[in-house]
Amino acid sequence: MANSSSNISLDHALHWRCSVPGLLLLAALPFIASAAGESFYIALASRILIFALAATSLNFILGFGGMVSFGHAAFVGVGAYSVAILTQMGITDAWVLWPAAMMVSALFALLIGAMSLRTQGVYFIMITLAFAQMIYYLTISIKAYGGDDGLSLAGRSQISFLDINDDTRFYYVVLAVCVASIYAVARVLNARFGHVLQAIRENEVRMQALGYAVYRYKLAAFVMAGTLAGLAGALLANQGGFVSPALMQWSQSGLLMMMVILGGVGHLYGGVLGAVVFLLLEETLSHFTIHWQLGLGALLLAVVLLAPNGLTSVLQRIQRQGQP
Amino acid sequence: MSMPLLRVDQLVKRFGGLAATDHATLHVKQGEIHALIGPNGAGKTTLIHQISGALRPDEGHIVFNGEDLTHTAMHQRARLGLVRSYQITSVFTRLTVQDNLALAIQAGEGTSFNFWQPARSEHARYAHAAEVAERVGLRAQLMQPAGALSHGEQRQLEVGLALATSPKLMLLDEPMAGMGPDESERMVQLLQSLRGDTTLLLVEHDMDAVFRLADTISVLVSGQVIACGTAEQIKNDAAVKRAYLGDE
Repeated sequence: MANSSSNISLDHALHWRCSVPGLLLLAALPFIASAAGESFYIALASRILIFALAATSLNFILGFGGMVSFGHAAFVGVGAYSVAILTQMGITDAWVLWPAAMMVSALFALLIGAMSLRTQGVYFIMITLAFAQMIYYLTISIKAYGGDDGLSLAGRSQISFLDINDDTRFYYVVLAVCVASIYAVARVLNARFGHVLQAIRENEVRMQALGYAVYRYKLAAFVMAGTLAGLAGALLANQGGFVSPALMQWSQSGLLMMMVILGGVGHLYGGVLGAVVFLLLEETLSHFTIHWQLGLGALLLAVVLLAPNGLTSVLQRIQRQGQP
Repeated sequence: MSMPLLRVDQLVKRFGGLAATDHATLHVKQGEIHALIGPNGAGKTTLIHQISGALRPDEGHIVFNGEDLTHTAMHQRARLGLVRSYQITSVFTRLTVQDNLALAIQAGEGTSFNFWQPARSEHARYAHAAEVAERVGLRAQLMQPAGALSHGEQRQLEVGLALATSPKLMLLDEPMAGMGPDESERMVQLLQSLRGDTTLLLVEHDMDAVFRLADTISVLVSGQVIACGTAEQIKNDAAVKRAYLGDE
């Protein structure tokens, strides 16, 4: 195609040639880190993958559905708190806890989405932000679950055949969950539902005129994104062994949004790439200076100005130039 | 006497004190090409908006295929076979002609709440999209993004989108808008070719096209249908002459 910016594909390839080597690298990472004597990096990698999942879930509605939700961290937080509270109540089985966290987040997404999706544009941004802040202040005010101080988990969730208190094993579980989730997102995007979702982003009124119940499709997508964010939250609670209201503060929603913009809005791997680059930069820059956010801000500016479609678009351009 | 496919009955829509639609009554028969004409500001687009469901009337009824749709949502009307096109081209500019049409076909058949099967594997639907493209003269442009088409071609796609949903009645809001003579001619041929497959209600300013195409013409003036008949009858109608040429 001569003009690639004016034309998009509804289908999203898994890009085996890049994703398989990337996956192999991720699978080998614990060995590399142990060999280098830096096992700390395994925990960091888990954290990055969890944020990659959360950012991917946001990208699903923001990038593919055109819904600029500014309260996405709320669903991550709700998932994390669900695990923490149920753990405190004595439930430890991951097969119960994690699906429960997803279902609670899905329910919140259903209620918030049902109301927010009646609005458009800036109002949608503001109302999702408002709902997220309501949940944030609610968790602060509930003293039984730690209020401002947050809540510690007695231990990680239990998987019958696998002890994930070990950081390396936990990392592999997170990796598996991420891979399965991204595969599922790709399937949904390439199925009828995903095509409709992306077409709604392109021209909502016309979709209505063609006979699509636009609101229902958007709500379904919103709930799916909330569910995935809840799963990320469940993993995050396990990773840190601690949950606090800070997880769902508006700045966390902004962080997820920055990851998506950095990586590529509407690119399958946009959320993953954004989370990896963002958190790695945070990690390295914060070694050098306490003003690391300045560097990060400069980078974000550079990406938005020089590569408005995010880092994935830069990679795609390089790949295309490599081919004759 | 057979029941009309679309019956618009005493429709009223007020914007503040102004009645943009003022007890408009209109019958569209199954299979005909029905043109709605009228001077600027007569309320043609407002009427089309109400029939398609984009606007709710204040009074009156819209009965389509025996069903009262006065308060039915736009997307449900489309599902029942009452599909509109737009005066200002509204296609999916970043998607290919094929994807545009395949999405329109998908709207009319089956559920779109399929989350797993690759949509691209539905070969019958994409073959159907190619057929519709052929009909509206865009077979060669099938893989081009809609935004890269000429104005006339985009207008053809606009009609193609409505056609691809297999409608019972197509509401065409000025299909020739902004077209040169050659493009208009192609559009007239296209609409002519739809005769017998579907029913058309079109709003059009191009009188030449209207007189060539329409079986029935309704004339809207100040929100009211003041005349309805064949091209000959309308040409000789005293009230219509007065509305278009003034009283003097």
